[in-house]
Amino acid sequence: MKTSGTTDPVETATKPDGIVQARGISKTYDGGIQALEGIDLGFPKGELTTLLGPSGCGKTTLLKIIAGLLEPSAGTIIVNGRAVTGPGPERAFVFQDFALMPWASVLRNVAFGLELRGVPRHERHVIARSHIAKVGLAGFEERYPHELSGGMRQRVGLARALAVDAEVLLMDEPFSAVDEQTRRKFQEDLLHLIQSENKTFIFVTHSIEEAVYVSDQVVLLTPRPGAVSRVIRTGLDHGGSPEELRRNKRYLDMVEEIWQMLRGYLV
Amino acid sequence: MAALFQMTLDGSMGRAYLSTLQPLVIGLFISGVFGILAGIAMGLSRLFEFFVAPVFIVLQAAPVAALIPLITFIYGIGLTAKVIAVCILAAPVIVLNSYKAVRNASPSLIEMCRAFQGSRVQVIAKIILPDASPLIFAGLRLGIAAGFIGVVLAELLITPTGIGDLITYHRSVADYAEMYAAIFSIVAFAAITVSSLQKLETMVFRPEKKEA
Repeated sequence: MKTSGTTDPVETATKPDGIVQARGISKTYDGGIQALEGIDLGFPKGELTTLLGPSGCGKTTLLKIIAGLLEPSAGTIIVNGRAVTGPGPERAFVFQDFALMPWASVLRNVAFGLELRGVPRHERHVIARSHIAKVGLAGFEERYPHELSGGMRQRVGLARALAVDAEVLLMDEPFSAVDEQTRRKFQEDLLHLIQSENKTFIFVTHSIEEAVYVSDQVVLLTPRPGAVSRVIRTGLDHGGSPEELRRNKRYLDMVEEIWQMLRGYLV
Repeated sequence: MAALFQMTLDGSMGRAYLSTLQPLVIGLFISGVFGILAGIAMGLSRLFEFFVAPVFIVLQAAPVAALIPLITFIYGIGLTAKVIAVCILAAPVIVLNSYKAVRNASPSLIEMCRAFQGSRVQVIAKIILPDASPLIFAGLRLGIAAGFIGVVLAELLITPTGIGDLITYHRSVADYAEMYAAIFSIVAFAAITVSSLQKLETMVFRPEKKEA
């Protein structure tokens, strides 16, 4: 850790426990750019943890290392007690740019993870349909991505990740390419999802409000090379109404507090 | 136009097409199958690319009309020479388009497929090839158009057969109506072939563009 504030009441020790653990993760890209340095983190089961930091701090790099899409230069990721060597069935990814196949219908896109696993067509379509309905896209099964709005496309991306029934959902700035109103609705829906699905979410964002609003735990990263600056437990009750949460004093204070910490990193 | 009907009716047009289409179809078939395979292999393997790409880049740049006498010298004046003339014109554009299409397949979709545990084979079959198919087909269309140039060029430069023969013959006896009819028919034929391929492609590979 590069910086540490020991007196902050909302901060907890970054004990590497939980369903996903990062142990001493560093990443240096070819060409010598160091993106991450000595990341030790635990992601508790059934909670939503946000990786938050200035742009270029390696948030997405860390998420892709957890996903097994990138190899760390040093350190290991442990998921369910096993070291990660590549993508696995217990982790599903939601992409910032949606990554939907333009030639495939919503149904096939959502069922794609199952298709890759060799689940028979009928079975995977039944599963996909239920998840399409869950994200509010019932009736759009036969449409193609270019016929959908940005927000709807990301719902498809989310349904695809849910359809493989992974324990851990990795979301890379999933709402950054959608407009503000869609985004708010999306955040509220995400909270419902966390309540009902009992999955572990790891979420990357650069929006402080979004981070505090949806998270149980917020991890602040320093500018490049990214290191853990602080881990903050939000301690907010996400079960209540969205209006209450957005007016909650603790929520507002925490947003302000994180902004004060982050602004020091900006030039 | 009258000449066109008359030639169609008396069968000279039909016979000419039969003899023109033979080298064209064989040449395009070879260029299409091997060209697309070679292009895909080059797109997937850096090693293959290193050895094969320069050949086709040179071929694409070469003025083919100048090569035709060389081909005649080596392969004589028969069908082989004409097939090779078609291949030399059609293959480079097919190969290079397939190669670029595969190489430029969406990195984000490839990453998505890997994230959902797609194997290398699945990444190629389910992401790279469908994503590359529009460009591969564009190459095929250009290749077929180039093949028409090749076959007519061969018929005019090597031995007059088929449409090339009709054109040369009617020009030599100053039957300009028949000459224009022959030229018009081959242009129309090429255009129709190329555009029906485009229709076929949309139908088979890109269902999402049907309504668009």
